[in-house]
Amino acid sequence: MGLVVLGRTMKAGAALATVVAGAVACGGSGDSGGRVRLSLVAYSTPQAAYEAIIKAYQKTPDGEKVTFTRSFGASGEQSRAVASGLKADIVGFSLEPDMTRLVDAGLVDAAWNSGPQRGMITNSVVVLVTRKGNPESIKTWDDLLKPGVQVITPNPFTSGGAQWNILAGYGAKATRGADKAAGTAYLHALFKNVPVQDSSARKSLQTFAGGKGDVLLSYENEAIFAGQNDQPIDYTVPDSTILIENPVAVTRRSEHPAEARAFLKFLRGRKAQEIFVKNGYRPVVDGVPGAAAFPKPAGLFTIADLGGWPKVKKELFDPKGGVMADVEKGVGVSVEG
Amino acid sequence: MPTFEKTREAPAAGVGTATIFLSAVVLIPLGTVLWKGTAQGPAAFWDAITAPDACAALRLTVAASVVVALVNLVMGTLIAWVLVRDPFPGRGLIDLLIDLPFALPTIVAGLVLLALYGTDSPVGITLAYTRAGVVVALLFVTLPFVVRTVQPVLLELDGEMEQAAASLGAGSWTIFRRIILPNLLPAMLAGTALAFTRSMAEFGSTVLISGNVPFKTQVAAVHVFGQIESDNTAAAAAVSTTLLMVSLLVLVTIDLVHRWGARRG
Repeated sequence: MGLVVLGRTMKAGAALATVVAGAVACGGSGDSGGRVRLSLVAYSTPQAAYEAIIKAYQKTPDGEKVTFTRSFGASGEQSRAVASGLKADIVGFSLEPDMTRLVDAGLVDAAWNSGPQRGMITNSVVVLVTRKGNPESIKTWDDLLKPGVQVITPNPFTSGGAQWNILAGYGAKATRGADKAAGTAYLHALFKNVPVQDSSARKSLQTFAGGKGDVLLSYENEAIFAGQNDQPIDYTVPDSTILIENPVAVTRRSEHPAEARAFLKFLRGRKAQEIFVKNGYRPVVDGVPGAAAFPKPAGLFTIADLGGWPKVKKELFDPKGGVMADVEKGVGVSVEG
Repeated sequence: MPTFEKTREAPAAGVGTATIFLSAVVLIPLGTVLWKGTAQGPAAFWDAITAPDACAALRLTVAASVVVALVNLVMGTLIAWVLVRDPFPGRGLIDLLIDLPFALPTIVAGLVLLALYGTDSPVGITLAYTRAGVVVALLFVTLPFVVRTVQPVLLELDGEMEQAAASLGAGSWTIFRRIILPNLLPAMLAGTALAFTRSMAEFGSTVLISGNVPFKTQVAAVHVFGQIESDNTAAAAAVSTTLLMVSLLVLVTIDLVHRWGARRG
């Protein structure tokens, strides 16, 4: 008797759940019917670009049989999700260490970065975003240290992408890593002017848009995106800044490696790169329309100039003993003291 | 005979089902956190939770949670009282609204509070990026706990007890202290404990409004997130374990206080 009641209750519960789920169901992608379905797992910033590129790809002979499931999220979280078993054919991250994690886990071929683009799909640079008209006339890294200037940048320990911002200022002052003491001193001084350290780049943008701060350290593509959305901002590309390089790769567990590689090839093709450019990214191949409009700062440097990610991670971003751990401690002392 | 068997079996089936469910959903995950946090030995555990930034984040979290729990204890009980005992126009509407903080994704709560108390505050109060902002965010998300635990008890409370006390000459304060409070206390404490433990772990609502400056406004959950992001999962688990242990300690203490109070009558 008890079991019958339980069974009925469960049936009723299941029916209720079905009704509720049905009520909130969204427009799903229909059944693929013999087509190939690729899973794209990427960080969230280029989502709009990827949506447009996928649409364009599905109009090509290679792409018309391919459908996509897409997952967008914070770069580090996406990387850890794939490392823990999230199914992915193509992965795209905001910085190389998130790809290295998958190489170490045996999920991405160690030769992923062997091509002419060294595994990268888009570039950008770190820029100084200011209020419209740049009222504080902030143009250089030194201007960020002026007393009273508030600089907004995410916490580099919660946001992998924020590490680009730190590296841009550090590298500019450390003459591309040669003068480490100068770079370290600069970061100590800079963070005295950082009143908020959001957990991600988008949240920093939100904070800045909400009226907090005089300068936002951000990526050129984010600044262009904000400008396209009529945010009242201007941005300056400093004379010396870092080239941001975003990696992409096909996983080794892909069930459709040929199709995944074909899509990757399309991503580096003229058409897809042009879409990336329209979304504010710098292309990784030559001859893409619109690419000439991006300013080329004289002191542009790369992560390789600073010794590569493993070295930089250890020296600057090790939670114990890295330069940034020290800088944060310095901020804490000045706050508590 | 069949009836006898059923009464014997049913509790065993009930306990078994409850145990399996609890284990799968709660105990095993919590145990894994504990295991990960302590896997590298007591020295590494101690290092992780006494790192200056971890320590500061834990201190802020515990202090803010205590404040939030106490405010909830008083204000939650008051709100429950008003909702049950003091009829006023719009009471039904307020009663419905109480649960909404639970329905809102906490990150949205953070966003709303930021818009309201941020730099361009339309009400002229700037709490964003301060510890006070953290407390306000926690108050917002934990409001329903005490209200919803006290309210049903207050509804069920037998009015005749109060009438009897009044007829015996007790004043309204004495009635509250001797009749109402002892009946409400278990529910009040249970709600407060829930509010406290929820505050300890809160991430979404605080991550925006706190500004996350280490040593100043970074709460433990955001610190844990930073450790995970830095591939330092052992430290993340160690700090989480500390959060769990503090919460457990508070729950046990509240339970003991309650038992002690119950014995005294």
